[in-house]
Amino acid sequence: MTQIQDISQPPATSAPALEARGLTKHFAVHGGTSRARGAGGARGFRARAQSGSLWRPARAGSPGAVVHAVEDVSLSLAAARVTAVVGESGSGKSTLARLLARLVRPTSGTLLLDGSPVPPGGRGRRDYARQVQLVLQDPFASLNPVHDVRYHLARPLQVHGLAEPGAGIDETITRLLERVALTPADQFIGKYPHELSGGQRQRVAIARALAVQPRVLLADEPVSMLDVSIRLGVLNLLGDLRDTEGLAILYITHDIASARYLADTIAVMYAGQVVESGPAEVVTDRPEHPYTQLLLSAAPDPERAGLTGRPALGSRGAPPSLVTPPPGCRFHPRCPHAMAICAEAAPPAFDVADGHRSACWLHASDLDAAQAVPIAGRKAGQAPAQAPRPGEETH
Amino acid sequence: MNGGPLLEVSGLCVDYGAGPGAVHAVVDADLVLHRGEVLGLAGESGSGKSTLAYAVTRLLRAPGMITGGAVSYHREPGQVVDLLAAGEAELRVLRWSQISVVMQSAMNALNPVLSIGSQLTDVLRAHRPDMGKAERRARAAQLLTMVGISADRLGSYQHELSGGMRQRVMIAMALALEPQIVIMDEPTTALDVVTQREILEELTALRERLDFAVLFITHDLSLLVEIADSIAVMYAGRLVERAGAGALLRAPRHPYSLGLLSSFPALHGPRQHLTGIAGSPPDLRQLPSGCVFHPRCSYAMDRCLTQAPQLLPLAESDAAGPQRAAACWLHDGSATAPPELSAPSLAGSQP
Repeated sequence: MTQIQDISQPPATSAPALEARGLTKHFAVHGGTSRARGAGGARGFRARAQSGSLWRPARAGSPGAVVHAVEDVSLSLAAARVTAVVGESGSGKSTLARLLARLVRPTSGTLLLDGSPVPPGGRGRRDYARQVQLVLQDPFASLNPVHDVRYHLARPLQVHGLAEPGAGIDETITRLLERVALTPADQFIGKYPHELSGGQRQRVAIARALAVQPRVLLADEPVSMLDVSIRLGVLNLLGDLRDTEGLAILYITHDIASARYLADTIAVMYAGQVVESGPAEVVTDRPEHPYTQLLLSAAPDPERAGLTGRPALGSRGAPPSLVTPPPGCRFHPRCPHAMAICAEAAPPAFDVADGHRSACWLHASDLDAAQAVPIAGRKAGQAPAQAPRPGEETH
Repeated sequence: MNGGPLLEVSGLCVDYGAGPGAVHAVVDADLVLHRGEVLGLAGESGSGKSTLAYAVTRLLRAPGMITGGAVSYHREPGQVVDLLAAGEAELRVLRWSQISVVMQSAMNALNPVLSIGSQLTDVLRAHRPDMGKAERRARAAQLLTMVGISADRLGSYQHELSGGMRQRVMIAMALALEPQIVIMDEPTTALDVVTQREILEELTALRERLDFAVLFITHDLSLLVEIADSIAVMYAGRLVERAGAGALLRAPRHPYSLGLLSSFPALHGPRQHLTGIAGSPPDLRQLPSGCVFHPRCSYAMDRCLTQAPQLLPLAESDAAGPQRAAACWLHDGSATAPPELSAPSLAGSQP
């Protein structure tokens, strides 16, 4: 099984603020198992629709089918660092955020807060929430339209017993608003969500998360719903919170350029697994995993505009069904370098450089000839033009 | 690649509502789409870019109203149709066979209770009455194959297709009658970056084969710079800059274009601190006085607070690309533009 641990920690710190070890989440396929067999109709149809032409049809009748949303992901969030998780929709990155926020219960795996294991189940939820806070994607939906800014920020203070009602609480709220650069604070404190712009709303959502003085901030696509011109303001705010307050920040995004801009460390997810992780600039400048290479070659890049011979995409097809993920490496049906072994065994994470790990068989130096046979049926010319095969660089 | 003008928009104004409460969604827009060209229309949400496209195709619904300007479609060189004066019958013939639209959300644009095949043949049935059933079916299969979907998916319904495939079906449908102009309203916004790239590659290949012109609307300027020949930037209902794609990237003239360009972090090179644009887009019901961008502009002068600049051609000539224009007082000759807004736009300074 894939093991990716220990994503480049800062040298001086001891235990990371929040660490996940082998987190796995399987969701039961909607509709349950009772209707599954025989009835064929709705269930079989749905399973077929989900897989589409992607990998292969789900065995419609199999009882207990699950969506393998997150599979054995290990991740550590260090203080004063931004860790970015990059992936396409359906790659499990939001499920990972919810697992880390303990909003969904993991199928297996453990969380460690400051090095000590978090009790399973619901115990200690409130104490945990004081340390780990989540900011959601859509600030138009995550703020309550019938309450003003003061209410949104006072509520966590009251719930966690951090402020006495009265004048003191307004002072705390004012300081919170100033921390997220909503100044002058007295202009914002009485406003309702509909009176604020998208960027201002997201700042209120971040201030709400900061109210309990957490040490870990989980930001799930915090800027993707915002207008282009104000995204950077929110990203820079997250960067400032890291630099001045030492928050450990998880930045979840589909935009690898923004991850490169903000994050210290990037982990790339594909089909529920982390396929590559390492220092942000190393991952984006010298990607090792074929999926990361695909992602980077597909990203809009004005600097390549007008240059002829832009590398054609090395892969076709879509992400696999997570109900019946492909055996072996989950990327192998789309991978231009796929070998015989890729269809048989999931690759472990190989250290390709200091703090840089990639889960790909191309990094294995001890494959025998039969294992390394390219999978037949790949069209010639599908190999990406830009990069050498990842294995060749490092071995 | 560029031929003569195909679609000319001049002084187009669109309001939502009437009277003193009317919102001016598009103000005095001037645009020319040439034959075989990809014209990009960039702007944030609410900047009026979709409204402009719907007005041009006369698909605008109440309370949207065209309150001024002219839109002429050059069917052939010398044969001009005034789209704003055209009646419904005339528009019915023009729409889709000459100008087609790929809507933003393929999920909502496809009919969930009809198969892909029947939606594709529907277009042909309406516009090509002389085609037989088998012929229509064959053409629909050919269209699907053209966008990279196997023809046996004709019987599929939209929920059986992935997001990328739905968007491909929309493109196939838009190309069914081989139109001259395809208007694409954020065609890839809801898609993953890999799927988006695949569709753009296909679109480029199709365009080379079929030679249609594209009006490509998106908020993603970094994408537009890659695929468009020329770009128009919209802000709060106004066109603020028009330029060739390369010229805009290398040498923006309007402070808003500069701000937008520096809102996209780079994928290469040293990481630089970017600032984006301060403030938020204005409420169209309460626009600032003078230049609508002045409250967010770091170059604003006294004049910008009171006088609105017009989109005027710039004196400089750019042999490589189309005539540039910008709506900014920095460029009317009376002020000196800062170096970041007056870089040479010729290709010599390519990064």
